[in-house]
Amino acid sequence: MPERIMFTMGDVACAEGALSAGCRYFGGYPITPATEIAEWMSRRMPELGGAYVQYEDEIASITSVIGASWTGTKAMTATSGPGISLMQEAVGLAVMTETPLVIVNIMRGGPSTGQPTRGQQGDVMQAKWGSHGDYQIIALTPASVQEMFDQTVQAFNLAEQYRVPVFVLADETVGHMRERLVIPDEKDLKIVSRKKPTVSPEEYLPFKADEDLVPPMATFGSGYQFYATGLTHDERGYPSDKEHIQIELITRLSDKIRKNSDKIIDLERFQLDDADIAVIAYGTPSRSAKRAIRMAREEGIKVGLLRLKTVWPFPEKTIMDLAGEVKQIIVAEQNLGQVYHMVRAYTGTTPVRLMAKPAGMPQLPHEIFDVIKEVA
Amino acid sequence: MTAAEKVLTHPMAKYMRTDRLPWIYCPGCSIGIVTNMIARAIEKLDIDFEKIAIVSGIGCTGRVSGYFKTGTFHTTHGRSIAFAEGLKIANPELEVIVVSGDGDIAAIGGNHLIHACRRNIDITVVCVNNFNYGMTGGQFGPTTEHGRYTQTSPRPLGDIEWPFNLVKLAASSGATFVARWTAVQVRRATRSIERGIAHKGFSFIEIVGACPTSYGRSNQLGDGVAMHRHLLEVADIQNGLPPHEAELEYNSRIVCGEFVDIEKPEYTEVLREAQAKMQQQKRK
Ligand code: SF4
Repeated sequence: MPERIMFTMGDVACAEGALSAGCRYFGGYPITPATEIAEWMSRRMPELGGAYVQYEDEIASITSVIGASWTGTKAMTATSGPGISLMQEAVGLAVMTETPLVIVNIMRGGPSTGQPTRGQQGDVMQAKWGSHGDYQIIALTPASVQEMFDQTVQAFNLAEQYRVPVFVLADETVGHMRERLVIPDEKDLKIVSRKKPTVSPEEYLPFKADEDLVPPMATFGSGYQFYATGLTHDERGYPSDKEHIQIELITRLSDKIRKNSDKIIDLERFQLDDADIAVIAYGTPSRSAKRAIRMAREEGIKVGLLRLKTVWPFPEKTIMDLAGEVKQIIVAEQNLGQVYHMVRAYTGTTPVRLMAKPAGMPQLPHEIFDVIKEVA
Repeated sequence: MTAAEKVLTHPMAKYMRTDRLPWIYCPGCSIGIVTNMIARAIEKLDIDFEKIAIVSGIGCTGRVSGYFKTGTFHTTHGRSIAFAEGLKIANPELEVIVVSGDGDIAAIGGNHLIHACRRNIDITVVCVNNFNYGMTGGQFGPTTEHGRYTQTSPRPLGDIEWPFNLVKLAASSGATFVARWTAVQVRRATRSIERGIAHKGFSFIEIVGACPTSYGRSNQLGDGVAMHRHLLEVADIQNGLPPHEAELEYNSRIVCGEFVDIEKPEYTEVLREAQAKMQQQKRK
């Protein structure tokens, strides 16, 4: 399809991004503020020969997405806070069985049902640690309608490349804001698809990784025999309670993300080169931060922004370097400090100020500006 | 091949991951018999083994999938049907069979079971009902009879809850093929599994089985042989009986047979029609 231009909301851009990435299965359950993704999918999926399935709950939704993915279909689900909590069991299953899928979380206020129509960046740590056991996750944090599209495409690409569940972690404001969206021509999009086995079915070991630590993935009905289980398993997929099998498996699952984190991490540096003060933000607060930085620059304050377009894997090295370059760091996030603690872990003696806001309205530009002036 | 080796090769071994044997089941358990039934039903129907997907959840019965030599998936507790639905919808060419226990599918997975029945999606569910959670050591579950003893309904209390009748549950939720047999009615049960697989729509086949290690021991029901003998004695074959009359009283009467076999639009076919309709409208 040629390039299309729309004026639309972040949720719709996200759905269109998924469709452009080749997603042909959506399993979901309506929940504010992610419902528009489901609504858009229910119209667009059948047009493209894909399936929109509305399940009885979030657990069935994501588990069905794992099932769909094992047919070779690109698949996703979308939800918000309480729904994400329900999905965590299946996140672990997807990690353990190395299933590519995309989970969109349009974050709202919590805990519990919290504030359905108000935004918050409340699930950053849940995305990282929500399921049990040790694992690594990828989470992207879009800040505009266009990025909702672009990063959803990117989420599919990363999920396919590394055979992992990938989160699109957007705050409610981004999900519901309306802006111009350019959907590029198909041929201008870079689309990644998972590796298929190249050996014969007799030789195929479903969980034997290549050098990149990712095993080629067979599908149901393709003639390849496999047993996939959420239990700790060897390269054949057979369950094992041996200590070395557990260590090798979870180390590899973790390493395939950790060792590629330089390739996965996506950051934006804004006026940081000569900065004495660095603001770190993601999602909607990063937009306010940019405005605040422009205001501060007009007053001669040397301040810049490090915008996290991916929160997981965490850009440890960048933060460490940044701490060496600036005198002061401000973390502005729409919660009581989730990324703040991560930042603190890599900043040594450089002071870090948290600008927290656990409420529906993100930090406004002048609020961030005031903090910049205070620390300058 | 020597004569002895020939004798040792089971005719269904070609479908199994024999390198995983011996399997985890206790002596006297019904799950092995049910695994055999499924293999024989597949053989009888002569379906392309590569097009079959076998999915299970957690528990003793949940381990069945892993012994089949096809695409198999061992999901989390209770989620086998949800996984199977995604599979079937994304690739309707697949023959999807779910093997589960009663605790797995009627407790934690109960919501998925009733909704899959309602959708009438073409999946065959074989449920081994042994009235308790065997793998975790024999606790009461949603099919445990009132007053029965288990590790979590100890003497002198017994289970204070009332059980689901899975045939009634599946039938009233919209399943279009529903049957119940016991583990000793191998030929009849195998035929029902065959019919269930061939049936276009949601098929639910309950196989009442024995768990001598946990349930049997807690309730002094004897060893595996005694329990299976009992099943044969109390089985009351009533094919075609309205499902709401398909009673199950372990001590005296287990109504067996095929109770529902009706036609209703199947989910993946309806979905394909919906896609065609949408595409047609878009072209206009
Ligand atoms: S615990 Fe019961 S159900 Fe499980 S294998 Fe042993 S006898 Fe069978």
